[in-house]
Amino acid sequence: MALLAGCAANDGTGSKTASAGTKAPPPGMNKGYSHDPFPSTYRAYPGRPTLITNVTVLDGEGGRVDNGQVLFRDGKIVAVGQNLDAGGADVIDGQGKWVTPGIIDIHSHLGDYPSPSVDALSDGNEATAPVTAEVWAEHSVWPQDPGFSRALANGGVTTLQILPGSANLMGGRSVTLKNVYARTMQGMKFPGAPYGLKMACGENPKRVYGGKGRAPSTRMGNVAVNRATWAKAAEYRRKWDKYETDGGDAPTRDIQMDTLRGVLSGEILVHNHCYRADEMAIVMDMAKEFGYQVSTFHHAVESYKIADLLKANGVCSAVWADWYGFKMESYDAVTENLAILDKEGACAMIHSDDANGIQRLNQEVAKAMAAGRRAGMTITPEHAWTWLSYNPAKAMGIAEQTGSLKPGKMADVVLWNGDPFSVYTRPERVWIDGALMYDMNNPKMRPVADFELGQPGEGDVK
Amino acid sequence: MRGLKLIAALMATAAALPAAAQDVAITNAKLVIGDGSEPVDGGTVVIRGGRVVAAGAGVAVPGGMRSVDAGGRWVSPGIVAGFTRMGVVEVDGVRDTDDSAAAGSVFNAGLDLAPAVNPRSTPIAVNRAEGITRAVVAPDPRGSIFAGQGAVIDLGADMDAVVRPRAFQFMEWGETGADRAGGSRAAAMAMLRNAFHEAQAYRRNPSSYEDRGKDALLTRTDAAALVPVIEGRMPLLVHVERASDILTLIELKREFPTLRPVLVGATEGWTVAREVAAAKIPVIASALADLPASFEKLAATQSNIGRLKAAGVTVGIGSINDDEARQARLVKQYAGNLVALTKVPGASGLSWGQAFATISSLPAEAIGMGDEIGSLRAGRRGDVVIWDGDPLEVGTAATTVFVDGVEQPLSNRQTRLRDRYLDPKEGTLPKAYQY
Repeated sequence: MALLAGCAANDGTGSKTASAGTKAPPPGMNKGYSHDPFPSTYRAYPGRPTLITNVTVLDGEGGRVDNGQVLFRDGKIVAVGQNLDAGGADVIDGQGKWVTPGIIDIHSHLGDYPSPSVDALSDGNEATAPVTAEVWAEHSVWPQDPGFSRALANGGVTTLQILPGSANLMGGRSVTLKNVYARTMQGMKFPGAPYGLKMACGENPKRVYGGKGRAPSTRMGNVAVNRATWAKAAEYRRKWDKYETDGGDAPTRDIQMDTLRGVLSGEILVHNHCYRADEMAIVMDMAKEFGYQVSTFHHAVESYKIADLLKANGVCSAVWADWYGFKMESYDAVTENLAILDKEGACAMIHSDDANGIQRLNQEVAKAMAAGRRAGMTITPEHAWTWLSYNPAKAMGIAEQTGSLKPGKMADVVLWNGDPFSVYTRPERVWIDGALMYDMNNPKMRPVADFELGQPGEGDVK
Repeated sequence: MRGLKLIAALMATAAALPAAAQDVAITNAKLVIGDGSEPVDGGTVVIRGGRVVAAGAGVAVPGGMRSVDAGGRWVSPGIVAGFTRMGVVEVDGVRDTDDSAAAGSVFNAGLDLAPAVNPRSTPIAVNRAEGITRAVVAPDPRGSIFAGQGAVIDLGADMDAVVRPRAFQFMEWGETGADRAGGSRAAAMAMLRNAFHEAQAYRRNPSSYEDRGKDALLTRTDAAALVPVIEGRMPLLVHVERASDILTLIELKREFPTLRPVLVGATEGWTVAREVAAAKIPVIASALADLPASFEKLAATQSNIGRLKAAGVTVGIGSINDDEARQARLVKQYAGNLVALTKVPGASGLSWGQAFATISSLPAEAIGMGDEIGSLRAGRRGDVVIWDGDPLEVGTAATTVFVDGVEQPLSNRQTRLRDRYLDPKEGTLPKAYQY
């Protein structure tokens, strides 16, 4: 593509000279093409002004109010505290219960690998080339995946990032969704959330492409293909930046390079599947070489070994509590991973990567918290909740809108029927943008996906 | 060089011979028997010669016996993992370390998993540290619906892991069985009937049974292995999910009345719970599978076990296609979640005592070993765990673990890695010198 464009224009410098005086005006930075061709149509559902009283509140940013209250109205958090003025709002007495921000899962494949997991619906890995930065996970999302309802009703998950799979070095763009069923993907799309680029280290890309007898087949091959691609992207970015500021003939569009240009300009966040400490260090150096920032290493099983390095580079880690040993790069897992990262001051959070795990992320954090405490660390529940909502919101670039119970933010709220770090606790009600989307006590407030209608088990509590 | 390594390995083995069972009484316990009853305060459990002698609230400590004061903490039988591939897989992604399946073998039902069990595989130590003391270990079929003969193991830190070799035959039914038989459920049924009839022929006259080698539909080895199954001396664990497939198996038991089928998975079991109960077929179920993950699991719900239990079925928890090589420890969390369900209108959960039984006595009973393991009733193996809290609560740790009355080490690779990296920064020497 780039080669053809060069021939047609007889190289950029030449055409500039030839067309001097009739040069097209510049469109302005980032205006050479649409950066949002599939815009969100999500609208908050109607909610009622609500005051929840007599609850233990974890605000998601490390704050806690015992015997507290949460007030929300018009889809936004109004106040958290005690002795709030209901001002005509519905009052829910939550005696003995807890309120938290909705859980945010930074790593999900719901919709792209939906239930039932049959080949016909398996749309998460464009495993046809090691770099497929041109694919967008949102174009695979099946908004009728029954998994969304389980994540809501059992997990209290209100926002989730859907990523392409990890077959490729650069697997494509992620999409952030509100966990509200819609007829279209756009109807679930989180308004204004930045895109992510899914990258993958290690065993997966080298296995997939080594198995096809092509590069990369080794870890050094992984890095080589990545660097060659970033070099190309830097050139593409230069051309488009120049065109958008100086005008002239527009460079040829390359949908793959659009994504990488977005990363290099800081518009798209890098979410890098990477298990091993040594590989993460190499990726951070590669990022410096090409001038981009890794937002978060996902599945970062060995992050605990390099917590200082991650902190120094400002890179987050999204981890499981206790997955281990399913492949060599997960062999060194410890349940204290999250706690050690946090203790060392590195950004850390829980993630699921799993349609079942997403239903119990609160319990996963409970395990990580308990392991950290046994290793001698002091970890409060209110601090541990930052691993479930605020840190993922920051890592996904949506912390201004959600992730904690701060006035003005989206009223993404879960009322738990007990301590949310207990195995015996369940979500009782879940609000998204102030609209009640799940109510344990109301059978009509449990969503049933199209696929489940008329099937055995339809409408069961699950 | 190879010889030297072998000698070193043998010496290490000798050093790791099992410690002698200790006679011990644990007193002042919040005691869980594991039989479905609720925990009692002030309980005592007495272990002598590796077996439970007595357990309960009014049990006296025999004179001169070592006594451990539990200080009111929870004490329970060791957890029995109802379905695993523990000890036969080290790393799934490293084919060389995986003995669970044999795609290239001509043998199927005749495969015996017991010699493949490696008591030093890391998942055994990791799960032991979390209070798992016994596991049902199953092979995974490739060229047949029959996978071979699974074992029951203990998780003690010694080289003698296999408690009962050839404890059961494992079979795939439903979608996977159809695939293994050549592509359809009809093919699976034909394969099963043919295998049973061949096994009957072998049983009638073993010496005249002709082994047709690679061309045979059933080798002599496989036919011989199925004899105890059709005679009912060996349970037949069957992975099955769809309700109609469960009913087919119930029909099959009518045709072969001596069969002792045990349903494994049984995601749609609740929809035919009365039939399963009437057939007196035990179940080792997936606990929290609530997604229509395949077309044979459309009726999936977390209430499955609660509803089976309510219908009178013997039902325990197993990890079917659920990190079965390593994560048996999760069954505690699963059982706790079944208790949480009791608070959800319309759902069916379990009481605490019932939930604990699904990971102790019930899986043991399902495979016919309830008189040996899974509870603190007198005569059972001396598998006891002292916990620092409610064992079904996430975050609770096992503080003391006995297997056959022998107190177990709780350290493992993961605790060593944690200790090395609690302070991640390099010191005056590289981390490799810190151990």
